[in-house]
Amino acid sequence: MAFRRDSDALLDPSTEQRPQCVSRRTSRAMLNLHRVYEQNRQRVQQNLKDGVKVPEPIAVPHAKGKPRLLLMGQRRSGKSSISSVVFHKLPPNETLFLESTARIQKDSLNSFMEFQVWDFPGQIDVFDNPAFPFDMDAIFGEIGALIWVIDAQDDYLEAVARLNATILHLQRSYQHINIEVFIHKVDGLSDDYKLDIQRDITIRIQDELSDQGVENAPVNFHLTSIYNHSIFEAFSKVIQKLIPRLGQLEAMLTNLCRTCRFEKAYLFDVNTKIYIATDSTPEDMASYEICSDYVDVIIDFTEVYGSWQRTPEWRKRLEGPPWEQKLEDQVACEWAESGMVLADAQRPIMLREVDRFLALVAIMKEGSYEKMPQINMNVDVVVKGLTEFFEITKSKMTPTAVPGGVTAVNGNGVVGDGH
Amino acid sequence: MADYDQPTTGGASAAAATAAAAQAQLKKVKKQKVLLMGKSGSGKSSMRSIIFSNYLARDTRRLGATIDIDLSHVKFLGNLTLNLWDCGGQEAFMENYLSQQRAHVFSNVGVLIYVFDIESRDVDRDLATYVNIISALVQYSREAKVFVLIHKMDLIQPMTREDVFDRRVALVRRKTAEAVAIVRKQKPELTGPSPPPPAGPGGAGAMAGSLPSPDSPIPDLEVSMQLFATSIWDQSLYKAWASIIHDLVPNLSVIETQLASLGVAIDADEILLFERTSFLVVSKWTSPEGESNPYGDRFERMSNILKAWKHTCSKFTGTPRNAEQFSDFEYKMGANFSMFVTKFTTNTYILVCMPPGEARFNSAKLNVAAARPWFRFLDGPIIAPTQGIGSSQMLSGLAAAGGGGEA
Repeated sequence: MAFRRDSDALLDPSTEQRPQCVSRRTSRAMLNLHRVYEQNRQRVQQNLKDGVKVPEPIAVPHAKGKPRLLLMGQRRSGKSSISSVVFHKLPPNETLFLESTARIQKDSLNSFMEFQVWDFPGQIDVFDNPAFPFDMDAIFGEIGALIWVIDAQDDYLEAVARLNATILHLQRSYQHINIEVFIHKVDGLSDDYKLDIQRDITIRIQDELSDQGVENAPVNFHLTSIYNHSIFEAFSKVIQKLIPRLGQLEAMLTNLCRTCRFEKAYLFDVNTKIYIATDSTPEDMASYEICSDYVDVIIDFTEVYGSWQRTPEWRKRLEGPPWEQKLEDQVACEWAESGMVLADAQRPIMLREVDRFLALVAIMKEGSYEKMPQINMNVDVVVKGLTEFFEITKSKMTPTAVPGGVTAVNGNGVVGDGH
Repeated sequence: MADYDQPTTGGASAAAATAAAAQAQLKKVKKQKVLLMGKSGSGKSSMRSIIFSNYLARDTRRLGATIDIDLSHVKFLGNLTLNLWDCGGQEAFMENYLSQQRAHVFSNVGVLIYVFDIESRDVDRDLATYVNIISALVQYSREAKVFVLIHKMDLIQPMTREDVFDRRVALVRRKTAEAVAIVRKQKPELTGPSPPPPAGPGGAGAMAGSLPSPDSPIPDLEVSMQLFATSIWDQSLYKAWASIIHDLVPNLSVIETQLASLGVAIDADEILLFERTSFLVVSKWTSPEGESNPYGDRFERMSNILKAWKHTCSKFTGTPRNAEQFSDFEYKMGANFSMFVTKFTTNTYILVCMPPGEARFNSAKLNVAAARPWFRFLDGPIIAPTQGIGSSQMLSGLAAAGGGGEA
């Protein structure tokens, strides 16, 4: 289950005290990263030992077929910080101690889909490196996104020039790569100034591209900072573009929102807190923030109360009289589910685990908490649909078929409604 | 301090007597003078803002230096008010406290919290000031409890933290012993003129009864004092403050016994009782099974998590930081465990962690709601708890609710 598994990667008091044999010069951030890597490794080994099934057969062993995120930009623009914060849960203030990346750092992100994240050193120009030419097909051959990071607090003219050159290269031979520009380190800048910078950069790039005869290049801009949720939101949008049949997912969520009178629903990847789909109502940073923090709360509670083994006697007592049932049969839902009522206007938030990686989080309308049982049944139907959706898109067995779950939601699968 | 200490579950006649005494005790709101001292810049006001005013750790950068003494009354649990004296730590102020304002500052103190900055350059000087403060305290309020917080521990390498802390603890204890010894030696002439009149504002009246007689022995402060390693960037702060207020809460034993009978009745693994604004753990009960939880720091962690969550909510709803942010939370982790956090009495929240099972969960929620009246004394000096929870009533309540849940 997503929450249980994930908790291991978080700060664990017992591991912190473990003596670590690392040289004295290593910074705290590096230590932290080492620890995270080490824990991930141990977890994988543990899983193997316990015979836990490794992600479904879709985990094609070779790297082909995995969408790829390429992080590029000038040196010191914040590429490694971004990947450590988003994919390794490094606290943002510890990224100060990260050392500069000397070679391409490849990570793979194991989630509902498998992603590869390649972090390029800023000093290398992939296209102009006569001493050691790169194999372009190996880098750009896979479908994916190029994330170009620009430091907004620095002089960005050179970065923009290099980005232009890169776009032109890509447009020639690798048109399937989305180009996402992260205007980074915008925390501390005023809103007006942020927008000015964004406008300036956009114009510079578009002018240059149209001069070169390239129109409608797939370039998107995001204002980001690792000190707030904006970086996660930007990544969410980048990754959503890589999900096959995103429209179906969104339709399911929109449908759920309408039926259950949700204000906003998100489908979260629990490990990274990236949302991979949301309903069709307008984007709203505040609701993303609260949902993402809600996932955090659940992760923490799970770690403290759910990550250790209870004794057999405990179980025996609970299954004995007066209950006389197996624990598994006493619960209504084998996955994690949670709800919270906010004090203002009694707006509830609900969360439901979908599978090992995903969770559905929604903000509900005032006073709909009484209808929770009905809503839970509707959510159950949607979750079933989502599970089917991912099975179908993962195995790619029937790429054209409409997932069965969607019809269930539209049709008689929905019980009553929230109106 | 003559607290209401007797457990109420005793024999019938004795209980009646204690109940009457309790009634008298509960009528008056208890005020406690809490001194917060330490060198300038050591982080006293920061921690105060985080605990009692719901600041985020990073927001404390905005705080300026405290000038002289910043007095605040923190209402805690309805029947306990903390008179928090946040004493500016610049040397001029310190000298002033020790000379002109000596009697004013150090008399009737319930608790002294002394904050050391672990990063401080001039440890000897810090300790010298500390020794002066301790001697003044022992002179004027020798019953006061002393808590020493070794602060800003986040700046020390994690691997050496424990070591650094242990060394500092030993040092502070030795210095405390020295300070006490000095006062003991001087005692004849110091206590010669009768003890200073309780001139302090506020808390003086309520505390007058518990003033020690001039001849009472000076306690071994270096043994009774408690030291904590803290940092505003993690939960260690909540651990320290939870133990500080733990000793101040009136009727603690009543709360504990009632919480225990509630826990047994609803078959819980763990129950935590939080104060509403600070989310400090007021009291807790853990079942024998729950004791095997490997996370020893879970109480302060819960405070930390819920407080951070409160902050997120206030950002989302646009309500003030100190306002109430959520009323009900439930979480069922499949066949693993279930838990809920809910508003309990006006001044408290309760967290219950329990085994999985829908029927068990629902009946526990009903029972917790039913138990509310038994804890109403937490909200104010209105009524005394009578006889503790009649455990038979609770159990019958459980049977009824449990039956309802199953049906």
